[in-house]
Amino acid sequence: MTTTAAIPQTPAGIRTLGKVRPHQTQNEALVFEKSSPGKKAYRLAQLDVPEVDPAALLGDAHRKVSGELPELSEIEIIRHFTRLSTWNYAIDLGMYPLGSCTMKYNPRVNELVARIEGLAEAHPYRPDYLSQGQLDVIDLLQQCLIEITGMDAITLQPAAGAHGEFTGILLVRAWHESQGNPRRKILIPDSAHGTNPATAAHCGYEVQNLKSNALGMVDLEELERVVDEDTAALMLTNPSTIGVFESDIAKIAAILHAKGALLYMDGANMNALVGKARPGDFGVDVMHLNLHKTFSTPHGGGGPGSGPVACKAFLEPFLPIPVLYTNKDGQKGWNYDRPQSVGRVRAFFGNTGMFIRALAYILANGPDGLRQTTEDAVLNANYIRAKLEDVYELPYKTASMHEVVFSDKRQAAKGVRTGDIAKRLIDYGFHPYTVSFPMIVSGALMIEPTESESREELDLFIDAMRAIAQEVEDDPELVKTAPHSTRVSRLDEVTAARKPILRWRPEPK
Amino acid sequence: MRYLPKSPAERLEMLQEIGVNSIDDLFSVIPAEYRLTRDLDIPRQHGESEIIDWFRTAAAKYTVRHTSFLGAGAYRHYRPVIIDSLVQRGEFLTSYTPYQAEITQGTLQAIFEFQTMIAELTGMDVANASMYDGSTGAAEAVMMAVRVTGRHKAVIARTVHPEYREVLATYTKHQGLPTSSVGYDKETGRIDLAALEAAVTEETSCVLVQSPNFFGIIEDIPAIAAIAHAKGALLVVSIAEAISLGVVRPPVEADIVSMEAQSFGVALSYGGPYVGVIAAKEKYLRQMPGRLVGQTTDTNGYRGFVLTLSTREQHIRREKATSNICTNQALVALMATIFLTIYGKEGIRELAEHNLAKSAYTEKVLCANPGAKALFSGAPRFHEFVLQTDEAPAAWNQRLRGESIVGGIDLSRWYPEMKNATLWCTTEIVPREKIDIAAKILAAVPVEA
Repeated sequence: MTTTAAIPQTPAGIRTLGKVRPHQTQNEALVFEKSSPGKKAYRLAQLDVPEVDPAALLGDAHRKVSGELPELSEIEIIRHFTRLSTWNYAIDLGMYPLGSCTMKYNPRVNELVARIEGLAEAHPYRPDYLSQGQLDVIDLLQQCLIEITGMDAITLQPAAGAHGEFTGILLVRAWHESQGNPRRKILIPDSAHGTNPATAAHCGYEVQNLKSNALGMVDLEELERVVDEDTAALMLTNPSTIGVFESDIAKIAAILHAKGALLYMDGANMNALVGKARPGDFGVDVMHLNLHKTFSTPHGGGGPGSGPVACKAFLEPFLPIPVLYTNKDGQKGWNYDRPQSVGRVRAFFGNTGMFIRALAYILANGPDGLRQTTEDAVLNANYIRAKLEDVYELPYKTASMHEVVFSDKRQAAKGVRTGDIAKRLIDYGFHPYTVSFPMIVSGALMIEPTESESREELDLFIDAMRAIAQEVEDDPELVKTAPHSTRVSRLDEVTAARKPILRWRPEPK
Repeated sequence: MRYLPKSPAERLEMLQEIGVNSIDDLFSVIPAEYRLTRDLDIPRQHGESEIIDWFRTAAAKYTVRHTSFLGAGAYRHYRPVIIDSLVQRGEFLTSYTPYQAEITQGTLQAIFEFQTMIAELTGMDVANASMYDGSTGAAEAVMMAVRVTGRHKAVIARTVHPEYREVLATYTKHQGLPTSSVGYDKETGRIDLAALEAAVTEETSCVLVQSPNFFGIIEDIPAIAAIAHAKGALLVVSIAEAISLGVVRPPVEADIVSMEAQSFGVALSYGGPYVGVIAAKEKYLRQMPGRLVGQTTDTNGYRGFVLTLSTREQHIRREKATSNICTNQALVALMATIFLTIYGKEGIRELAEHNLAKSAYTEKVLCANPGAKALFSGAPRFHEFVLQTDEAPAAWNQRLRGESIVGGIDLSRWYPEMKNATLWCTTEIVPREKIDIAAKILAAVPVEA
């Protein structure tokens, strides 16, 4: 292994080589450790204007010491990142049943159309006469999402789901203020995503937790008891984080509306509803969507997302600026003159590249494809439930929609927790489900297969889960020390947090 | 539907195994009156070739051959080919937030490299894994300063990108966080230091400036830092043009840097997705928003990487979290990481110098026209400058349109006091020939009809 001999040990004495790994692609060093001065992976175009003297032009503002960026050739860069990529699990490799994240197939035509030059190279400030194509995309996507949600108006500006929540709650607040009182608190079920309470707090609201009932749903009596003239809204995920549709949704909306409070829907689980039911029809006032969940834009290792917010007509005056308009001769443009707007939540118009991808997905599906997609997502989750409920505890027997949540109760009796089962699943070739969430389930296993799994893949997953349940009985240690097949074993997260090393540092000279 | 991997027969078999008669049984929990019994009124299912045609048609409404002198927070730089080759690998594209470290080491190590590069460039100790963009990053940086100092006021330069300031206003409105604004020196275009000194008090959590500022001018960071620090306030520096760091001294006196890194290999894409990042002095780490990747070891002593310090974050802290951010811009941060690896230590400097040269040339030839002059020409700047013309910008922009050129952006929409002033940006990709044409057109005062 002469190629790796040059890789330095880190100052902390951590073994970057230690044991020889089975293949050189498993030993890829940090890009900085591969650098040597004078190597290049670029060649600028010949400068066609006179050179300037940066030190003279910039004076004190001139940078005298360059940042320690790596210096490599192009082939080394290709290999570096390609090797890193092979250390990732991905939807393209297999089932990725990360509950609440909707890890569905990301169609490649989406990537192609988003890179068409006239769209990809469009400057956000170019004049409207040059932007009509881009505005056509935004307009059609807006129309489709309004129809899918059953709402009246929409903004595509928010950059991700949590950003959409923020925008939606600002609309709620602005509307209450226009009625004379912003109100004080937001109700949030104990099963909610952590982003919900964080959002409410960032919008200046107090968070009041709402306990779920024995079915894991909103407790109507409790709701009736806590909703008052100080309640601005309820933030509700529907289907909920345990994958259950709130069948009393209309009553929930009525209880809120009777006290002048609004119903906000977290659309994280919209993949259970598209083409089958519309939030606008069942009493929701405002909601966000996650284009990276329901509408197939890639998750990219943690973004970019896109979190459009759809609302009823009475909230429309408060939407962030600017708002798209179409004039009589069909020309489109942006309207900034919106005195009641909550303001801007992001520079420019949002994650436009994601709009292109989401629209391509909608066009590929049409109404029949979207409905079939939703049906398959629900079918897959229920299939897994039926095949696993005899070996894993199902804390809520309520009918499942697009995801199913088990508890590790039976396995915990053997000292094996949901996190261990998740790690063992890696050895069977799957990405784990979502671990220990929602918090209303002790030791939750939150499984969302999405529509993208074939029956064969589901059966393999089910076999793996059943095999692990058996291993818990026979050899719990095997599960507790998993994974056994990965490039690295369990990582020391405690030390990582106690003594944070958040960057590489050059060797002291 | 070609994305769905099931035959009709398989669907029926699966329903049988579940023990229901039809798919509608699985939706029976939705009250009947809310079940949609019609098709959605959206475009019909399209074939792949039709989808491509639809978007090509939309794209063709803008001819690419336009040359643009637009900047103002979104910059067109050359994007090396291998960026897209690499980020389109399914292992990067179709993975998610690396919660399961054992099978996401690729994403984790790449983010660790990104954090390092950003720290190196900005002169800060640490950087996070990304924010949505420069505008939301600046707002989050100000709120971070509020948490660090326990103070509840902020002083904002009027030369910060106007849309960043609008976003900041939206973010701070409900946080009980009053902001005050400090104008610019009419000669230099830099923040008015005397006004700044008067505005900063013992209650100020931070001063937010941008450098290069919205007019392209590099602020006097040491002087601004001294004013802020004298009152115990932090200095937050926003950077909208990341390439500037190749040649401009990093704001090492700042406490927090918020940067838009779109210039590092990210397509303009009509405004997004871009990638923000927050970098800071290490002592403020625990108040940082967003994800952080840290180095650690596995049970065999091998180096590995994990998401860390997550007790700051919403999924643990809920309403007490430092931010509500969850999904960030990881794939775009990867583009930036690859871009910075391609250019490297020397290339980023050379690239920045080319931008400097192009812009200097543009200023020279445009201002050779007697009806045009550069404002704030005394202060150092990067690749943007403010041009003031005798003629109204709408008039010469109309003439430029005939040559498929988009000139500088009219500043009066944000700075009504600036008459006939436009902001011109020239990056390395604008050919000299187009700069010369623009200069000629600007000089050609139309004959009165």
